[in-house]
Amino acid sequence: MSAPSPVELDEPVTDDLTQLSTPWVTIVWNDPVNLMSYVTFVFQQYFGYARKKAEKLMLEVHHDGRSVVSTGSREEMERDVQAMHEYGLWATMQKADTP
Amino acid sequence: MSGFTRHRKSGAAVTTFTAFEADLLRSLAGQLIELLRNEAATEQIASDSLEDLLDFTGPTREPEDPVLARLFPTAYPEDDEAAAEFRRYTEADLRNGKAAGAATIIDTLEEAGLPAEPEDGLFIDVELDPATALTWLRTFTDMRLAIATRLGVEEGDEDFWHSLPDDDPRAQVHDIYDWVGYLQETLVNAVGG
Repeated sequence: MSAPSPVELDEPVTDDLTQLSTPWVTIVWNDPVNLMSYVTFVFQQYFGYARKKAEKLMLEVHHDGRSVVSTGSREEMERDVQAMHEYGLWATMQKADTP
Repeated sequence: MSGFTRHRKSGAAVTTFTAFEADLLRSLAGQLIELLRNEAATEQIASDSLEDLLDFTGPTREPEDPVLARLFPTAYPEDDEAAAEFRRYTEADLRNGKAAGAATIIDTLEEAGLPAEPEDGLFIDVELDPATALTWLRTFTDMRLAIATRLGVEEGDEDFWHSLPDDDPRAQVHDIYDWVGYLQETLVNAVGG
């Protein structure tokens, strides 16, 4: 939270914009083909996630059938989805659920 | 049959294929390239408006071939228009990238000494630097997705495949699918995954 003051006029505007634009998410879905080790590797390699986080996401995909693997602007998520398709993972994108 | 290991000094991923194995991999890579180029990355034009007729940018509908549909999934399952736009701008690049990856496998094998018609008793030593190993990993996935889609592989159906008689072609293809999976698993480990 920023306390409005004459010298910080720009900040509240930026905050408003950030809150107004709904974030998007990239979802990776389970498939019977991809190896657990490979999926973990992809999450580490592409997103730069630590091994522990990559494994947690992989296990979510495996057990829950899907996992949100990244969050950001629509453009960023389109890049991530395309990258996942390059790696052969089944990925889709949608607006993040409202909190 | 041996998988990949990490060369201690260079950090490269190394393995030795028999001539049969190397030839099989080359054949799978060749089939993948053919498949990717088979169904043109364009489509019948839906309308005769000037705009549509002049739009060669890319496909907007999911490919009919189930393998291609799996390789290029629909990015927006609940928004047909956005899905079509996404496909228009990504599918051609994805197709080219996957075909280039498969071509890299063929090039690597042939540079390692795989002749056009290999004879028994020949061994092919392969050494992959990290960038090439990444390309191989992705292409292994594409090969496995293609084979699995054709066979109808499902979660936890290993017993079914192992119950098939040895001379059932599906059993033989599933063995190849398992073998490529084994190569991929060992390659992930060799690159430090």
